[in-house]
Amino acid sequence: MTTTTKPAAPVAAAPVRRLGPGALALRQGRLEITQFLRSRESVVFTMGFPIIMILIFASIFSGEIGGGVKFTQYFITGMIATGLMTVSFQNLGIWIPIERDRGVLKRYRGTPIPKWVWFAGKVIMVVVIGVAETALLLVVAVLLFDLKLPDTVGKWLTFGWVAALGVTACTLCGIAISSLARTARSGSAVVTPVALVLQFISGVFFVFTSLPAWMQQVAALFPLKWMCQGLRAVFLPDSFGAQEPAGSFELGRVALVLAAWCVIGLLLCLTTFRWTTRRDG
Amino acid sequence: MAATTTPPNSPGRRPGRTLDGMDDELAISVRGLRKAYGDNVAVAGVDLDVHRGEVFALLGPNGAGKTTTVEILEGYRQRDAGEVSVLGRDPAHADPHWRSRVGIVLQGTGEFDELTVAEVVRHFSGFYPDADDPDKVIERVGLGGKAKARTHTLSGGQKRRLDVALGIIGRPELLFLDEPTTGFDPEARREFWELIRDLAAAGTTIVLTTHYLDEAEALADRVGVIAAGRVVEVAPPNRLGNRQEALATVSWRTPDGTLETAESATPTALVAELAARYGGEVPGLTVTRPTLEDAYLKMIGHS
Repeated sequence: MTTTTKPAAPVAAAPVRRLGPGALALRQGRLEITQFLRSRESVVFTMGFPIIMILIFASIFSGEIGGGVKFTQYFITGMIATGLMTVSFQNLGIWIPIERDRGVLKRYRGTPIPKWVWFAGKVIMVVVIGVAETALLLVVAVLLFDLKLPDTVGKWLTFGWVAALGVTACTLCGIAISSLARTARSGSAVVTPVALVLQFISGVFFVFTSLPAWMQQVAALFPLKWMCQGLRAVFLPDSFGAQEPAGSFELGRVALVLAAWCVIGLLLCLTTFRWTTRRDG
Repeated sequence: MAATTTPPNSPGRRPGRTLDGMDDELAISVRGLRKAYGDNVAVAGVDLDVHRGEVFALLGPNGAGKTTTVEILEGYRQRDAGEVSVLGRDPAHADPHWRSRVGIVLQGTGEFDELTVAEVVRHFSGFYPDADDPDKVIERVGLGGKAKARTHTLSGGQKRRLDVALGIIGRPELLFLDEPTTGFDPEARREFWELIRDLAAAGTTIVLTTHYLDEAEALADRVGVIAAGRVVEVAPPNRLGNRQEALATVSWRTPDGTLETAESATPTALVAELAARYGGEVPGLTVTRPTLEDAYLKMIGHS
């Protein structure tokens, strides 16, 4: 990832001429990633948080969850899901209001680029940072806590689609919730409590089935619980499915709920997204 | 201005503006523009023409409707009523081609804290079909020495220059500047004015809003005074408020030291008469005409 932080010297020579939409989107993504990596709070809170959490949790709960399976194997699923939610939902929900308040969005609207290019830039940033962070998390867990990586192609595929659907849903919800914040500062006040509560009730910090039943019911309405559950199907032995609330990992339902949140998020984005602040008309 | 009505980079931009002869001369045409926010009428029927190659200043107090008017022209806000044509198009239906011909310098600054001046300008240059050379533009706005500086380290005036760089990087035919020098120190303002004159000399049509009289006087070919959502007068700065035809105020001191003043359409005759009366020097003699400020205050006060 560090390659994207290089100073912009190489492209110096000729003025850039009419770029295609794809090239515009890639440039926008590169700019977003550069801005992200240079912002210390983004890197620490978004990328650092899940790593710190896995270090703490895997050190405290060094025992087994049962059947010769270490606690790390369980916690990694919550940390990956949390990490993906942080980089998409929280990151966008906090930064878009700041950019809207500063007039960044308004400035983009005043240029000839199509609106979707700006969104594409955000999505590219979320995907690249999300993949990097997940990889980092896995490397740390494998090296320090003997994490067992998925051992079949099928499980990696499940990993892939659960992460992709989860990130898509959280990205859309992050963009949607960004319109709730009235000022630059209120973004994190809107987003952080939602994210924290979801983490506690969705089985990120505790074993999901040990939570009160009503809490499980509430969590089941939101994407994070399903992301965690889908990832458990990847990192825990198949036999553990029997211990899930429904007696299996319910991958079909995971896909369904996450897809539903993609649709809800998209509809919210399309109906509520604002390019300017309220006081700005 | 006539010599520079065609911007140097205009080839290929002719099509689509052949409705009538007026379009070739008018960069902006506004008739009966209205905009209200709830009960608050921000723009209450504005008529305006801006010619190609002209520097036009929209002058008015805060809250007069300057920014609302300009943001409608920029395509940011929707109007309630009226006809608006900017570069031959209705800005409410701005397309990328139109956007590439219009440069916008907004009021806000300080948007890309994590990037350098060169990175931001270079990035935005990629948005335009016929962008200027980023390094040249950075040099032109006077940020040559700051190209590699992160934008959050710039001073207020330097950030504004960066705004202008982003406004002109696409080589616009028409440039909007919304209160460009608010908060500048006097020297920075003079330098900024030079930059605007330089752009105008190259043929760019410029529309700026300001609440500084001296700025309108220094830069504009014509000034539109806007107050309470209406254009009160449009005139070259030296003719604003008919002040050339206004009565001159002659004042002097009588031998007992009291100040006498008289308004006169023929101040020279009055001074000659006074000179004869005092047998030479008239004590404390001044002859003044209304300043731009006088004319302006009168206009916005009575609207």
